[in-house]
Amino acid sequence: MRIEVNEPACVGSGQCALVAEDLFDQDDDGIVIVLADHVAAGLEDAARRAAALCPARAIALVE
Amino acid sequence: MTGRPRTVIVGASIAGISTAEALRRAGYDGTITVAGEEPHRPYNRPPLSKQVLTGQWAPEDASIAPAETFSGLGIDLLLGVRATGLDTDRRRVRTEAGELAYDSLVIATGVAARVAGPLPPLAGVHTLRTLDDATALRAGLDGAARALVVGGGVLGGEIAAGLAKRGLTVTLVGRGEQLCFGQVGPLLAPLLADLHRTNGVRLELGRDVVELRGADRVTGAVLSDGSEVAADLVVTAVGSRPRVEWLAGAPLRSSDGVECDPAGRAAPDVYAVGDVARWADASGGSSTRVEHQQHAIEQAHAVAATIATGVARAPGIVPFFWSELHGTRIQAYGRFDGASSLAVVAGDAADGRFVALATRDGVPVGVVGWNLPRAFREVRARFASTSADLGERQLVP
Repeated sequence: MRIEVNEPACVGSGQCALVAEDLFDQDDDGIVIVLADHVAAGLEDAARRAAALCPARAIALVE
Repeated sequence: MTGRPRTVIVGASIAGISTAEALRRAGYDGTITVAGEEPHRPYNRPPLSKQVLTGQWAPEDASIAPAETFSGLGIDLLLGVRATGLDTDRRRVRTEAGELAYDSLVIATGVAARVAGPLPPLAGVHTLRTLDDATALRAGLDGAARALVVGGGVLGGEIAAGLAKRGLTVTLVGRGEQLCFGQVGPLLAPLLADLHRTNGVRLELGRDVVELRGADRVTGAVLSDGSEVAADLVVTAVGSRPRVEWLAGAPLRSSDGVECDPAGRAAPDVYAVGDVARWADASGGSSTRVEHQQHAIEQAHAVAATIATGVARAPGIVPFFWSELHGTRIQAYGRFDGASSLAVVAGDAADGRFVALATRDGVPVGVVGWNLPRAFREVRARFASTSADLGERQLVP
């Protein structure tokens, strides 16, 4: 599973980093930083939850 | 396989679409039909008053997902189809395109913009709720120089900021003596007013528009104090009303939103999510209708889990919302009613970047972020573990 983010859509809510801190962080302006483009085994559910919770729909997962 | 093989979702905005997607994630393998009255591919509303208004985005950039996402998930989208009635005995939704039979029904019809008083139908007068509204407003900017925004809430503020960024001279009229900002308004009103004034927005607070001037095109307005404001563009943002008219006659309580239990159930196998839904508080407090994108998503996830598993899930969602005004990102998480003071815990208000805890009777009840989103998230996460009022319950899978 691979993570793709649409940075211009990111609103800096931080939902992704709240539920998947191993996969996402934010820069000082709140914009998403992907910590690992490829999702390690065991983190898939966290990645799916982050994508589903994103209020800007800025996270896509490529299975 | 569930014993309820047909789910119909009425409303194709973020609440309805999130419900459909979450049903599939939860393994639901029945049919999912989403009917929406607008003809457009489902889109996010928050960007309409931000990136789309300022011109950074084309209207279609607000799209929730490509069309193939829905077909790939086996979600039947019926766009341009308005629901006209509900028969809960026969389990049918009546639409302009015929009846839809359901085993589970999710009501996600949202809200409509309220119109400010008995205003005459003049060209140059707009509201902003739908993609069509946004497109019309953008077209209306051509040649416009002076804008009047009516409404001192979050949306009115965003529209005023967007129009200022577009180079218009902007006056913002608000009925209250202070700007509103959801429940956190009383705490932030002075900062918000400063932010608008610093960026060139003229504020006329404690006033109302009593008359619009103009023959066929608006030329200005008369305010309740007798003063006049010249304007060739007027945008009203004076609240919303739940879209429940199609539920007339159905055995649901829906005077101000569809009343639901803490799991979003309005009646057996009938649920409501998003702006139209009024959920009872899980801890026994009063019911509330919350018009936030994040709230809609989390309600959708809970209802989808309930439908998919047959076990009711009552998530106790803590409100979170954000706004963007003149390049400043403002975030609020918590329940702020009755909160009386803010204590800065990160950054510095003097620098225009801070995170603060809001307290009620000395007890923290919410977190406010002002242009410091990463620290806001860290405070929110840390704070949540120590306060019963701010449980991260909505983040539990």
